Amino acid sequence: MKLRYLEVSVGLFVLLGIAALFYLAIQVSNIVEYRDGDTYEVTAYFDHIGGLKARAPVTVSGVRIGRVSDIAYDPERFQARVTLAIRSGQDHLPADTQASIFTAGLLGEQYIGLEPGGDFEVLADGDEILFTQSALVLENMIGRVLTNFSSD
Amino acid sequence: MIDFLAHLGRSGLHWLSLLGRASIFLFRVLRSQDAVVRRYRLTLIEIYSVGVRSLLIIVVSGLFVGMVLGYQGYITLVNFGAAEALGGVVALSLVRELGPVVTALLFAGRAGSALTAEIGLMKTTEQLSAMEMMAVDPYRRVFAPRFFAGFLSMPLLAAIFSAVGVMGGFIVGVGLLGVDSGSYFSQMQAVTDWREDVVSGVIKSIVFGFVVTWIAIFQGLDAEPTSEGISRATTQTVVASALAVLGLDFILTGLMFT
Repeated sequence: MKLRYLEVSVGLFVLLGIAALFYLAIQVSNIVEYRDGDTYEVTAYFDHIGGLKARAPVTVSGVRIGRVSDIAYDPERFQARVTLAIRSGQDHLPADTQASIFTAGLLGEQYIGLEPGGDFEVLADGDEILFTQSALVLENMIGRVLTNFSSD
Repeated sequence: MIDFLAHLGRSGLHWLSLLGRASIFLFRVLRSQDAVVRRYRLTLIEIYSVGVRSLLIIVVSGLFVGMVLGYQGYITLVNFGAAEALGGVVALSLVRELGPVVTALLFAGRAGSALTAEIGLMKTTEQLSAMEMMAVDPYRRVFAPRFFAGFLSMPLLAAIFSAVGVMGGFIVGVGLLGVDSGSYFSQMQAVTDWREDVVSGVIKSIVFGFVVTWIAIFQGLDAEPTSEGISRATTQTVVASALAVLGLDFILTGLMFT
């Protein structure tokens, strides 16, 4: 009787601990993203990526379809090479899709928004997105406004 | 001057020998870990007294820490119009820091001091020597199960603490302050990474469990066999564990989150 109680309560304790870990994994953290399943990778070159970071979302019409898997600087093109991992299910993107870097909210994190073009060919693994739009850099914008004012 | 130098040398030697004894003790306990399986009943009893009976204090303090985080985070974030980010703030601070650290501090106070007092008393009443006389290895009979129990319980308790804290933050943030419940959890999932944050927190709590249990059992064994000695050893356990946990936390945070 005593041993039985002991065993049950210890078992319950361990179970509770593991349940808490599961809760942290599934409800609190982004473990679901690790099971994105199969993805294919396309690259895009940007003049300026602003504050974009690896693992940032890749969206079409605001719907998340993948994430940024790698960011590197290409010394031959003098541009930033961003590798996008897109879910295999989303294989209908036209080859002339445009990739832009947007900011979620005023202070939010940056993400990549894709705007599908009209081409019949679709993007496949290893392809490059040709049309890109860099992140908005506040200093450049202010500079441009100032030069406009002074030229008037 | 000479007196001062002699004092310095004596206390240096004292600390060195303490460290040496503690390391030898740790080595012998680790070598006796096979007793954990062979005498699983003893281990069960220890997990019960160290882990199960700490559940209540862990759950209650986890709930309150989560609720306080909910309040404080909201007050700060609402100034920036970013109250929706509350879930991320609560989850990150719990999973990374507060969960493992506060659990370890509570564990040192609740279970560590009890371990020290128990073993100190065993030593004072010469139960340990009696065991040796009967050819029962106290390392297998007494220390190994207790060590394993602390080592196992800490990560589980820390996970429970964090999970309950997240719910506490939910109660205050969503229930009382009116943050949207969907954005509470989606923000949380957006900023909390499974490998970087949750697993790092679990590794932290495993290290803390190891260190706190080690200090507690060793202090008991190393206590002067008097009632005063036991009381001093119990105090030492709580103080040394708290310092070790906070110091290690600084190092581990520096290693993990850069």
